Amino acid sequence: MARQSNEAFFWVMFSAGGVVAALLIPVQLFLFAIAFPLGWLPAPSYEHLMALVRLPLVRIYLFVLCCLSLFHWAHRFRYTLYDGLQVKHLNEIIFTLCYGGAVIGTMVAAYLLWTIA
Amino acid sequence: MGAVKPETIRVEYAEFHPRWYRPPVSVYWWLKQRQYLTFILRELSSVFVALFVVMTLFQLWALKKGPEAYAQFQQWLQSPLVIALSIIGLFFVVFHSITWFNLTPSAMPVRLGGKRLPAFLVAAPSYVAWAVVSAIVAWLVLR
Repeated sequence: MARQSNEAFFWVMFSAGGVVAALLIPVQLFLFAIAFPLGWLPAPSYEHLMALVRLPLVRIYLFVLCCLSLFHWAHRFRYTLYDGLQVKHLNEIIFTLCYGGAVIGTMVAAYLLWTIA
Repeated sequence: MGAVKPETIRVEYAEFHPRWYRPPVSVYWWLKQRQYLTFILRELSSVFVALFVVMTLFQLWALKKGPEAYAQFQQWLQSPLVIALSIIGLFFVVFHSITWFNLTPSAMPVRLGGKRLPAFLVAAPSYVAWAVVSAIVAWLVLR
């Protein structure tokens, strides 16, 4: 029974992360990883980005984005390995690595966002 | 509790129930059909979602360290290998967005006056929200 209720929690995190990632990641990835490095658009200055990150709302936004996206990845990647590679015997290790990675990433995000300004 | 299912009763009599025969499936089953491959590629888009978070964490770390560290981070983003990875990543995250929004009509069928709303009308608000949110984020960053 405990297993089942955990599964529901992970699924909610997965689908919330799916929505957040679908809405927010494409624009951010396009701007920061493609448009600015290739010089298609003028990159924002260090000061401008710091001013943005100092706003509490932006920090909450970034925290939610990082946390939910990581749990989205953990859930989906876990089942991709499970279905795609037929590695049932490694189930526990995969579970630990995926959700463990998501928890560590969330803690790193919390630490960085808490101490950045 | 609910009523006992008839199947449960039947199983109790078969003390040495044989295992069902399951034909073994190849590990490469997902290469056999285009839909299967699309499914696996859709699931693998999550890897790029995670990589994006890793990039964002490095960006925050560089911002925290100071202007020189951030300039170095920007230079790293300009290296050809990272650019190539970013372009592949953008393809995958857009693929995730489109497949995710197109699933909404199946996950959440909307009925109006007893009739099911056509799928594109249920998915459309997601696309509008995507455009609006993207515009807001771009405006905040580029301002």
